[in-house]
Amino acid sequence: MAEAAPVVADDTPELAAFRADTRAWLEANCPPEMRRPMTSEEDVCWGGRKFRFKSPAQQVWLQRMAQRGWTVPTWPQAYGGGGLSPLQGKVLAQEMRALNCRSPLNSFGIWMLGPALLQFGTEAQKLEHLPPIARGAIRWCQGYSEPNAGSDLASLATKAEDCGDHFLVTGQKIWTSYADKADWIFCLVRTDTANKHNGISFVLFDMASPGVRTQPILLISGASPFCETFFDNVRVDKRNLVGTLNKGWDVAKYLLGHERQMIGSIGDREAAKPLGLQAAAAIGLDDQGRLADPSLRAQIAEFEVDEAAFRLMMERAGDLGRAKQAHPALPSMLKYYGSELNKRRWELMMSVFGIDALEWEGERSHQGDRARTWLRTKANSIEGGTSEVQLNIVSKRILELPGA
Amino acid sequence: MALILTDDQTQLRDSARDFLSEQSPVKALRQLRDSADADGFSRPLWGQFAEMGYTGVLVPESHGGLGLGHVEAGVVMDQIGRQLCASPLLASGIVAVTALKLGGSAAQQSAWLPKLASAQAIATLAIDEGGKHRPQRLATTARAEGEGWVIDGAKALVLDGHVADLLIVAARVGDAGTGLFMVDARAAGVTVERTVMVDAHNAARVRLQGVRVGADAILGTPETGAATLAATLDAGRCAAAAELMGLADEVFARTLDYIRQRKQFGRLIGEFQGLQHRASALYADLEISRAALIKAQQKLDADITTAGKAVAVAKARAGRTATTAVQEGVQMHGGMGMTDAFDIGFFMKRARVLNELWGDQHFHQDAFASHVGY
Repeated sequence: MAEAAPVVADDTPELAAFRADTRAWLEANCPPEMRRPMTSEEDVCWGGRKFRFKSPAQQVWLQRMAQRGWTVPTWPQAYGGGGLSPLQGKVLAQEMRALNCRSPLNSFGIWMLGPALLQFGTEAQKLEHLPPIARGAIRWCQGYSEPNAGSDLASLATKAEDCGDHFLVTGQKIWTSYADKADWIFCLVRTDTANKHNGISFVLFDMASPGVRTQPILLISGASPFCETFFDNVRVDKRNLVGTLNKGWDVAKYLLGHERQMIGSIGDREAAKPLGLQAAAAIGLDDQGRLADPSLRAQIAEFEVDEAAFRLMMERAGDLGRAKQAHPALPSMLKYYGSELNKRRWELMMSVFGIDALEWEGERSHQGDRARTWLRTKANSIEGGTSEVQLNIVSKRILELPGA
Repeated sequence: MALILTDDQTQLRDSARDFLSEQSPVKALRQLRDSADADGFSRPLWGQFAEMGYTGVLVPESHGGLGLGHVEAGVVMDQIGRQLCASPLLASGIVAVTALKLGGSAAQQSAWLPKLASAQAIATLAIDEGGKHRPQRLATTARAEGEGWVIDGAKALVLDGHVADLLIVAARVGDAGTGLFMVDARAAGVTVERTVMVDAHNAARVRLQGVRVGADAILGTPETGAATLAATLDAGRCAAAAELMGLADEVFARTLDYIRQRKQFGRLIGEFQGLQHRASALYADLEISRAALIKAQQKLDADITTAGKAVAVAKARAGRTATTAVQEGVQMHGGMGMTDAFDIGFFMKRARVLNELWGDQHFHQDAFASHVGY
């Protein structure tokens, strides 16, 4: 029996009707298996040529959502999107959360390349690349960092030699997320060695091209989400240059803004049950109903106050954006604070679960899920620009401090 | 509701900013302190507050006020914080008015709200007793006698106590009740001792010895008193948080100005990454605390009885953020920050008092945990 959609005070009549239709469609089309919490990384649907669906339900859910354009609800319909307004998109997200619907598709194409192509791509590029992203047919990775270009990303050296109708790309990238699983790469390359920021171009190419090799990197978490990626005279057709030659840094900065906002909100997506209540279940309460570890309780409360305030900041950032009052560098502040907050959450999580959180293998610990996640969060304040780089950006662009 | 100011609220902010920066800049507080002013605030300015509508911002139009809400009250408090303006607005215009609106009978409201809105009278809440804010452990008692009540106890940090006409005294009634009693500040048995405070703002200690009040002096009943008190305190805490955030923003702006101009080692000190990163981290705290503040104000306006958790977040964050802002402010101003001639120390002193007022960050983080259930 389908529940009626809730009445939301702010909804206009049109939005209320959209909410009701959306709720009904989701009830009818989201398979029950796709309305249970994910239990492991394998439950995430990333799409792409190499992807193996974990269940028929996962595949059906992706197909149904893609058909409606709802893997990318606010993209134009011409590019495989749902053509929804920002407010409709917000309603869809709210309704999916209310019914516990899993995300049908996780994708760097959706989160990062798509917005950049919509902003900087030619019509032909949009038509070629956006619909396969929306369908989950092509999985993308991001070729940014290099061994000698980390925080100082603009010093990157992977070169693209101009050969008339194509480039030949040679060099090495590192920390390329899921490069071994991706089909295509969006990549920053050097097209002018005389200009640092104005000598970088943004190109796209197939990871199956001759001359591409990937090597996964084993991390402290025991996982290998990142790769070293090597290019040896990889041929890239010039129609796959995005934006103007030597102006790729503009595309990169735009895209990093999206990435930072995404990493900054990681903790929010994971926040299911308040940490304090998880601690209450694990450690117990005293006869006054307070956590039976006063010092830990105080630290958790301080953390949760900050988490609550940060969630309101994310909400306010959206409101400021819609009112055209947001500073363009605001995502750097959000990325800094959100990633540091998530690290704090997992340090406290390890304290809460104590000995039980220290096991690395075996069913009891879900293969060391907590320990591995704790270690994984340490990358939050490194990837997508370190906390220190974000603070540099805030100093320079928002606070306008000298020489920054 | 969007977590940004509406156009009307923005207009109010701009006019309050212009008015307060012109009529009551920080040097006005310095003059009050240095002249050991008997009132500790400017009565002409207080009259102007009434003309501007600030004293009646929360008072219903039917009682001569503007009939606005806690977002608007906060907008004014924010500007007061920026100028460190000493006035009874927080005690009288916000806290006492809220207590009367929530707990007062029609007769009590008619007797007092118009006078408070027009600045003809000053009222204040007398709640704290010991060193820390513990509103649920009152030692002051009220016992029924004859037609009325007899109150005994001692109160501390009674804002503007020495200039108040009306004290709203929180007292324990029997084993379980809490009463809010309207007490004439000049009644027999009331002793008011002005306490000169670190921040040069007004407060007093009040002793109540066998103070007799009539049956019509209680706001509501001993059964409703605790709820009225809790909501009244939340209004006060949120307004104090707004003053803290205004103060913190102002200190931050002054500190940025200073490190953009001060040279050492042949460079502007604002070029040093050691200062830049601390300034940027503080900026993040200021913005995040402001988001929490606006949410708490909106919750108070939506339903003042259920805003406690949001107010706890806002007050805890504002207290911590302002504390960081004033400490960084003094440190980054170097030796200048330690001088009385420089204003920055005034901000540090005021932040300390506002953070303690009606619960510091420890109190509110503890309250938050209890709200969540651990």
